[in-house]
Amino acid sequence: MRHILPALRLLLLLTLLTGLAYPLAVTGLAKLAFPRQAEGSRIERGGRVLGSDLIGQPFSDPRYFWPRPSATSPAYNAAASSGSNLGPSNAALHTAVAERIATLHASDPDNSLPIPMDLVTASASGLDPHVSPEAAFWQVARVARARGMDETRVRDLVQSQVEPRTLGLFGEPRVNVLRLNLALDELR
Amino acid sequence: MSVNGWLQIAVTLALLLALVKPLGAAMAAVLEGRGWLARWLAPLERGLYRLSGVRADEDMDWKAYTMALLAFNALGLAVVMALQMLQGLLPLNPDGLPGVSPHLAFNTATSFATNTNWQSYGGETTLGYAVQMLGLTVQNFVSAATGIAVLLALVRGFTRARAAGVGNFWVDLVRSTLYVLLPLSLLLALFLASQGVVQTFRGAAEAQVLDPGAAPEAVQHIARGPAASQVAIKQLGTNGGGFFNVNSAHPLENPTPLSNLAELLSILLISAALCYSFGRMVRDRRQGWALLAAMFVILVPLLALACVSESGNLEGKETRFGVAQSSMWATFTTAASNGSVNSMHDSYTPLGGLVPMVLMQLGEVVFGGVGSGLYGMLVFAIVAVFVAGLMVGRTPEYLGKKIEAFEMKMASLAILAPCLTVLVGTAVAVACAPGRAGVLNPGPHGFSEILYAFSSAGNNNGSAFAGLTANTPFYNLTLAVAMLVARYGVIVPVLAIAGSLARKKSVPASSGTLPTHGPLFVALLVGTVLLVGALTFAPALALGPIIEHLQLLGHS
Repeated sequence: MRHILPALRLLLLLTLLTGLAYPLAVTGLAKLAFPRQAEGSRIERGGRVLGSDLIGQPFSDPRYFWPRPSATSPAYNAAASSGSNLGPSNAALHTAVAERIATLHASDPDNSLPIPMDLVTASASGLDPHVSPEAAFWQVARVARARGMDETRVRDLVQSQVEPRTLGLFGEPRVNVLRLNLALDELR
Repeated sequence: MSVNGWLQIAVTLALLLALVKPLGAAMAAVLEGRGWLARWLAPLERGLYRLSGVRADEDMDWKAYTMALLAFNALGLAVVMALQMLQGLLPLNPDGLPGVSPHLAFNTATSFATNTNWQSYGGETTLGYAVQMLGLTVQNFVSAATGIAVLLALVRGFTRARAAGVGNFWVDLVRSTLYVLLPLSLLLALFLASQGVVQTFRGAAEAQVLDPGAAPEAVQHIARGPAASQVAIKQLGTNGGGFFNVNSAHPLENPTPLSNLAELLSILLISAALCYSFGRMVRDRRQGWALLAAMFVILVPLLALACVSESGNLEGKETRFGVAQSSMWATFTTAASNGSVNSMHDSYTPLGGLVPMVLMQLGEVVFGGVGSGLYGMLVFAIVAVFVAGLMVGRTPEYLGKKIEAFEMKMASLAILAPCLTVLVGTAVAVACAPGRAGVLNPGPHGFSEILYAFSSAGNNNGSAFAGLTANTPFYNLTLAVAMLVARYGVIVPVLAIAGSLARKKSVPASSGTLPTHGPLFVALLVGTVLLVGALTFAPALALGPIIEHLQLLGHS
């Protein structure tokens, strides 16, 4: 019992140190050194916030590139992140994937390229801002047609938006869907 | 998996190994109050002792050490529980989150005090900034420091002879926090902020969506908060409780491959380096390398199995991480008792999901928690030399101390407590309606969800097959009990071993002593860990992931 009071006082002091001083120091230093990142890497145009570099947005208009399926409710709900948690033997997963394949085929019936896996599977966060380069290229024909644009121009735009692996080694090549669509809107 | 994927893994493991010696040497110094950092911060350390009124010069026997530890942990648990239930009254809650239900508050408080960091809570939807900082971040530090403290007491059991005391809990706690966890966290937090991990006290950001037809609302609310400071320590302290619901899969918690690399290395960093510190402290560095080698021998084949099994499975994985970075994380986070995730383990293939389950069930000794992984491995080392002693008919010794009946009894308790918790907990949940009600996926995968939950709580890991609806009174209470048994059911016997060993005289190695730094001992140790794990959990694994694997094979 002799330990209770010292324990309480030490807990209070360590709380001030690690629970208050430390996060405040990180916040202050991050604000100084990385002001944009610390606030969530927002994309701003003319005073309006259009989104974040790091957070995906829902798209269903054929004139835009579509992101990966999202398991949040509703899709791309950045206030409540979630994966689907469906297991590989779950019939619900097989049905969902089959429906996504059907939707993609219906959006571009003449497209004979294989549908990339990431376009039919939900991401872990439900907020994945990226798709694979293959998934972006798969959609070029549809987007070009819907916009009445030349396919090559759209394909070149996608190519310019591909982010390679970091240091050529870490992570996977990817395309930021919101950035790509913003660039697409600015093309003309 | 591609050649590039294997290369990513090889480079990551090489980076980890390169950091073991420098960090391990530095930790061995500062934990004994030596080195420039300890000299520089010594006034702060002394100030903490003076203000809190603890006697830093007292050499505690193992019982006093245990009581101080339990008192400190119990108070921490009570404070975190109170903070959550009173959340509605606290400042720094810009999104106006209400108080948390008592059973969830108890579960989360237990989870953070025991270094488990199981997430029944929903992150951005449940906990405001004050609770995250004053409750969770603080416990992230001190529960990790508690693990290092117990390890230091056990090391003193080996290094001291005919001594009554095993050290001073307050000093071990404060030094671990001040000289190891805090500086590393500060560095990592700033690096993560540079990569885009959010760190702000403002509430959710609002963005105009570009394609309003695709969303029910034209405005996207983006949850934010002081995440970088919390994420840094949750990785380094093998805590793992996320700022956001989906943990390090969330792009604002882990935005780039570089942030992923830093967070991934941090999972194993301190636990791996402590092996080297251990070698330094017992004045025979080979002993530390041998333990680290045993950990690698178990880690690498399981890592390979996870990668091969997950090849091509992108459900529940982020594009920027892909299969290699996701499988590597799943393996590291369960080898260490970290429990953070960057992909959804519930959506893994049966064998891909078996790997994290097995790593937890082995008792979190393959790297394991900060401090706790190594003291757990030392318990297995004690059993291994005992088994070897039986085979050749000699009294077993480890690091100059005779291993006798009392140590063996305590070692058996420490090994059996988590095993029992996992199996009994799973059996109870499967046998009753509130347990079965939580399952999301049908069939053997649903059983795996329950087995995973108790393997995680019963070994203080904290990751989940997250389809399981765990925020119910049944799971919140049963899993909290599992976490308490797993944590203190190991800590108390380990401290008893420390006390008993410290009292013994040190016997010089003779021709009959089994050398504990060579390949023979490493093989013996690995064999002991695997055998205990296999004998305990093979039947349960057969009912979950193995049946599911066979079913999928049959369908295709």
